[in-house]
Amino acid sequence: MILTPNTPAPDFDLYATPDQRLKLSDFKGKKVILSFYPADWSPVCSDQLALYNETLNMFRNAGAELLGISVDSKWSHLAFSQERKFHFPLLADFEPKGEVAKQYGIYNNDGGEAHRALFVIDEKGIIQWSYLSPDGINPGADGILDALDQLNNGKN
Amino acid sequence: MAHLKTAVSKGDHTLGNPNAAKVLVEYGDYQCPHCGVAFPFINRLLDNYGDEILFVFRNFPLQESHPAAMMSALAAEAAGQQGKFWEMHDMIFEHQAKLSADTLLHFAEKLQLDMQQFSQDWRSQELMSKVEGDFEGGLRSGVNGTPTFFLNGERYEKYASTYESLELMMRD
Repeated sequence: MILTPNTPAPDFDLYATPDQRLKLSDFKGKKVILSFYPADWSPVCSDQLALYNETLNMFRNAGAELLGISVDSKWSHLAFSQERKFHFPLLADFEPKGEVAKQYGIYNNDGGEAHRALFVIDEKGIIQWSYLSPDGINPGADGILDALDQLNNGKN
Repeated sequence: MAHLKTAVSKGDHTLGNPNAAKVLVEYGDYQCPHCGVAFPFINRLLDNYGDEILFVFRNFPLQESHPAAMMSALAAEAAGQQGKFWEMHDMIFEHQAKLSADTLLHFAEKLQLDMQQFSQDWRSQELMSKVEGDFEGGLRSGVNGTPTFFLNGERYEKYASTYESLELMMRD
């Protein structure tokens, strides 16, 4: 089962580049968008991430950082990110494979990949919105933007 | 089902019949090959059913994937300031494979635009804000790639990169 709103987001410590690791707890005090996707290089993932690459300003204006995450290795992420000119980190949920995806309840045991899933996490590390998309469908950015709006308006 | 969050208004570029029962909105990117494929289908649809449709084009440039998408969108908007939006729109799609600042300037000359005015408008913050406004409205409406069509405010899911799949909208 995908983790639902008001659940504390499980922390993780994963490679973002070949020599740098990122923890969710590094982002305390900021909102985080976690975008799980099945695989680097596959067509829908690329379109989805290419779309988010264009919307980083809107995410950042709403006080949120975007993290992509899949079971691919840090080296695949590096090549993928350079080729597509992504301006946000891709995390390698690679060893033990899919452990973080399992904790968030969106691991696909049959395919050995993460499902396509989105989480918006607030400044205190609590999941405020989550969405499981059909693997073959690019969920767009509207759900994320609505969730961030709700968080930001709720505070005002 | 995704809904169009930004209603069609005076600021939009439109073709066809303003009173038509069918309003088709496209979110497009001038450098996206799929939009290039859709371009002649739209023209054919308008040729065949121009009285029955209002067609609206909105900008959805994916700048990192398509380096000339934003400058092309701005060029069409700048031409629009001189009443030649659709002429520029068509010229850009007809020469999609070779878009650059130079070719866009050349198109502006060919359309006999006031070049000083064009250069100024092309770089104006006002038009940049308009294009960014299109993009944000599209995102919030659930546009996840290009082209995305909305028929009377609902995302049109039947389009499958053929004229026939687009024409199906006339039977809805």
